Amino acid sequence: MSQLSLAVDLAGLRLRNPVMNAAGVLGISSRLLRRVYEGGAGAVVTKSLGPVPRSGHRNPTLVSVEGGVLNAMGLPNPGADYFIDAIRELKRDGVPVVASFFGASIEEFREVAGVLSDAGADALELNCSCPNVEEEMGMLGGDPVNTERVTAAVKEAAKPPVFVKLSPNVTDMAGIARAAERGGADAITAVNTLKGMAVDVDLRRPILTNVTGGLSGPALKPVALRCVWEIVGAVDIPVIGCGGVSYWRDAVEYILCGASAVEIGTGVMERGFDVYGEVAEGIRRYLEENGFREVGEIVGLARGG
Amino acid sequence: MRVRRLTAVEEEAGGMKSLYFIDELSSRATPGQYVMMWNPEAEEVPMSLSTIDSEGQSSVLVRPVGESTEALCGLKRGDRVGLRGPFGNGYEIRGSSPLMVAGGTGVASLNSLAERMVSIGLKPTFVMGARSVDQLALRGRLEKLVGGGLLLATDDGSCGFRGFASDYAVRLMGERSFDSVYACGPELMMVAVFEEAERRGIRVQASLERYVKCAVGLCGSCAIGAIRICRDGPVLDTEQLRIVRDEFGKTRMDPSGRFFRVDH
Repeated sequence: MSQLSLAVDLAGLRLRNPVMNAAGVLGISSRLLRRVYEGGAGAVVTKSLGPVPRSGHRNPTLVSVEGGVLNAMGLPNPGADYFIDAIRELKRDGVPVVASFFGASIEEFREVAGVLSDAGADALELNCSCPNVEEEMGMLGGDPVNTERVTAAVKEAAKPPVFVKLSPNVTDMAGIARAAERGGADAITAVNTLKGMAVDVDLRRPILTNVTGGLSGPALKPVALRCVWEIVGAVDIPVIGCGGVSYWRDAVEYILCGASAVEIGTGVMERGFDVYGEVAEGIRRYLEENGFREVGEIVGLARGG
Repeated sequence: MRVRRLTAVEEEAGGMKSLYFIDELSSRATPGQYVMMWNPEAEEVPMSLSTIDSEGQSSVLVRPVGESTEALCGLKRGDRVGLRGPFGNGYEIRGSSPLMVAGGTGVASLNSLAERMVSIGLKPTFVMGARSVDQLALRGRLEKLVGGGLLLATDDGSCGFRGFASDYAVRLMGERSFDSVYACGPELMMVAVFEEAERRGIRVQASLERYVKCAVGLCGSCAIGAIRICRDGPVLDTEQLRIVRDEFGKTRMDPSGRFFRVDH
């Protein structure tokens, strides 16, 4: 028997493997998240939870495009207080929970972080990078000063590790990642969706009600990989890769670029809940076939000496 | 998203409309599947295919109950709609003696299923229920299709059996022998049909409705239990209905993900 292990330590959080669902995908109820865990994920990530319930934008909220999908869900969520029970249920069943959250102001971010910490979340993922609510609440993750401020505020209120999820829609990826690290981030999730849009020539209008949306899926992967590459070169904290992971090979690419774990969102569309376990198993096979014993041994290998 | 022109708009009972269009993907759908249909003046909504003709037109049946469905009902022949899909699993035809139970607009998906059944030589018993005689949409088509197999129920007794379609179906299950039941309509109607079928050991497929946003199984807004209605459903079989029994006919999620009760 080999001593091979897929377990990872992510900023102090011990997971059975480095594969999670991406925030916004399936995280609306404890039962769906349990199915994600049963599908093989190492931890589950909730919908981004805010201080009050939100219905999100009106349909059409999703449209398929070349190489992926565009969505503008608009952060629908039942509110952090409402979701406390769901987090406790998952915890009771032994499922590690990363609570994604957002606010319309730094103060709201801090409040929600407190609620979710008290609920027992194993980690918090600070979503300051949603491209679909920019007009309404801005995007704090768009500049380094606000990124550092919101991270620092959240760290004051948060008990578990805080992952800061960053946007690819910025010019200085490394600079913003360093700002999150200065603010006290325990890890960085890279990246949120890439802002885009779709227009129909017969209707002669944008398809999404929100006009713009976030691009995810295979088309996002090269951009997200580049972001991870730049961030890993700029900070000392762990990085979680996110964007276009559908197969184990995609996940290994992120890990070779320096990511310690990956999140899968749109991959579920084609591959179902088993995608989590299948990607984890593919990583295990890759380690085995190449003579490695744990994930940590291949983190950043593509960066050379 | 693709855009199609409506080839016909037909008035149905009770202010409902059948919207016809030519769309290759829809013409190859399985009965029970749905499309996301968008009148660009309102919200995109899920619509079960009521006609699936591999040689010709597809249709949906719309009851004007809100902004989006009213907008769809206001469309005329030649107007454009956006389409995504067809999505979902659809019904699986099993057994040789089917009972179909439709309530209200639930007749839509069961109409395309009945057409498929008749085309392969099955003779379904089709219970169709509505509030009153003037609300029995697609009645004429179904009479032509299944003849005496069509049994009508109205809440007010203005036509056929007096009572819910489920009451009638429960009685029929006691009087005749069926080996599979297909239900689509108000959820409490489907619960009553399911419970009776369970007592008699008959397998059920029921098409459920939830708040569908993405339609591709990503966002979770349509979940009942851990089942995504948009992707794993909308048709749930006996095993799945047993698993979601604590929510089926009792609770559902609003667009924000909060559960509310529906059993009163």
